[in-house]
Amino acid sequence: MELDSLYQEVILDHYKSPKHKGLSEQKDIQVHHNNPSCGDEVTLNLLMSGQIVKEISWDGIGCSISMASASVMSELLIGKSYQEAIKILDAFVELMQSKGQSVGDENLLEDGVAFAGVSKFPARIKCALLGWMAFKDASAQVMA
Amino acid sequence: MSVDLSKYKKDFPILHRKVRGDNPLIYLDNGATSQKPESVIAAESNFYRTINSAVHRGAHLLAEEASQAYESARENLANFIGAKTDEVIFTKSATESLNMIAYSLGNPDSKFNVSAGDEIVVSEMEHHANLIPWQQLAKRSGAKLRWFSITKDGRIDTSNIDTLINKKTKVVAITHQSNVFGTIVPLTEITKAAHAVGAVVVLDACQSAPHFAVDVKKLDVDFLAFSGHKALGPTGVGILWGRTELLEKLEPALFGGSMVDSVSMEGATWAKAPRKFEAGVPNMAQAVGLSAAIDYLNMVGMEKIAGHEADLTKQLLDGISKISGVDVIGPLDMKDRGGVVSFTVDGVHPHDVGQVLDQYGIAVRTGHHCAWPLMRKLNLVGTTRASFHLYNDSSDITALLAAIEQVKIYFKVGK
Repeated sequence: MELDSLYQEVILDHYKSPKHKGLSEQKDIQVHHNNPSCGDEVTLNLLMSGQIVKEISWDGIGCSISMASASVMSELLIGKSYQEAIKILDAFVELMQSKGQSVGDENLLEDGVAFAGVSKFPARIKCALLGWMAFKDASAQVMA
Repeated sequence: MSVDLSKYKKDFPILHRKVRGDNPLIYLDNGATSQKPESVIAAESNFYRTINSAVHRGAHLLAEEASQAYESARENLANFIGAKTDEVIFTKSATESLNMIAYSLGNPDSKFNVSAGDEIVVSEMEHHANLIPWQQLAKRSGAKLRWFSITKDGRIDTSNIDTLINKKTKVVAITHQSNVFGTIVPLTEITKAAHAVGAVVVLDACQSAPHFAVDVKKLDVDFLAFSGHKALGPTGVGILWGRTELLEKLEPALFGGSMVDSVSMEGATWAKAPRKFEAGVPNMAQAVGLSAAIDYLNMVGMEKIAGHEADLTKQLLDGISKISGVDVIGPLDMKDRGGVVSFTVDGVHPHDVGQVLDQYGIAVRTGHHCAWPLMRKLNLVGTTRASFHLYNDSSDITALLAAIEQVKIYFKVGK
């Protein structure tokens, strides 16, 4: 079923057991992003240690795609350098814009490639990007 | 008694589409917009093919015919809601209608001049289009915005109506039927209270006028708005209706060509209603298309449509009550209720519910339904909403119920 390309098992797993969900005390900055068309919300705390992404914690309400994507994002970017994190983020955005034509670079995106199918569903791309855009915003502010 | 409207479905070309594989389209998102019968599509395109020209201008045959078609459309719309022809104003949408009336009621030059010390009353279940214009009017004028609360089963709580609507109240702006719950408001009680203190009642009829007979005189409201596209008509055309004596006292909100009586370099005076409120070349083809939609609704019969939608609503409410972990948001009974059913599936976000239904060719609305304050009040992230029109049938409901079961299986929730 076409639906299975959207809801990969990995996505449903992250949705049921999200990683780094629950806002941690330590942070350099907190950002809040929402999706006014569907009401999904993500609050993200970011702690940097020099150039390194030390900690990402988040909380939010939303659909399986938005919540699982925030979970995968946090797991993937913690411990990376700012430069690497942005490289991964750019690759994820590119995958989302691929209209189903890309499978994604698994070495770079790891569990993130599970979202490749989302790119075939235009209405869901913004769900998948919600947490990532929150990270982009937060990290840009801290690194500025 | 069940109403059979099955012969009309063939008139809607889009309903012949197959979607997401080989599924016939099951369109249950009529609260957002309705589909169009062939006669409406033809009326709109025939306007362009045969008589397109700017109404109320030109000294030529086309202008004459276009003006006639446009004014006939107005007359048809007026008859549809029991109004006088000159009380019907064509706008681009119900949203524009509501914004215009909110703006005009706050215009210092208008006889109403809502200002500091006055109060505006809405309800917690208004669509954003009948909330934000009033918030903005309150902000501009210094008037106070107050609202009816909502009961747990999605009805307006009128227990404090005597204090809520008081001598300070100038406007009561209320939905006729909730776009989230499908509940029909106790309008008589509200209009009585409003008129007793000299306030005007603005009715958002977007979810009612397309689905059951609406007569402005019987409803005893002062202004009414609805959109063409929810009533089988084209997009880009809405209706604003107002009582003649009130329209006379109102200043327009849009200015330009066609709406004037006389213009000099220093100033201008206005034409009489409805022209006063229709600045610029109007959406003529859309008004003519909407008139064809009204013909179609009249041909089927509004009472039959309402009866048919009631049958479908009952079928869906009964069906959902048999599925564990699926809850109707709003009343479970059929009293004062239209063809809209909102529901939630435990453990599955509405967006994901909608996605699975879509896989079966079922189109529903998911999310906050442009009623965000209401969702916050109910502590919900959103709902999934099925809303009907005359071309839906019992098999659509059966398919929806089966697909809801599939949602639960897919997301492994409940039994």
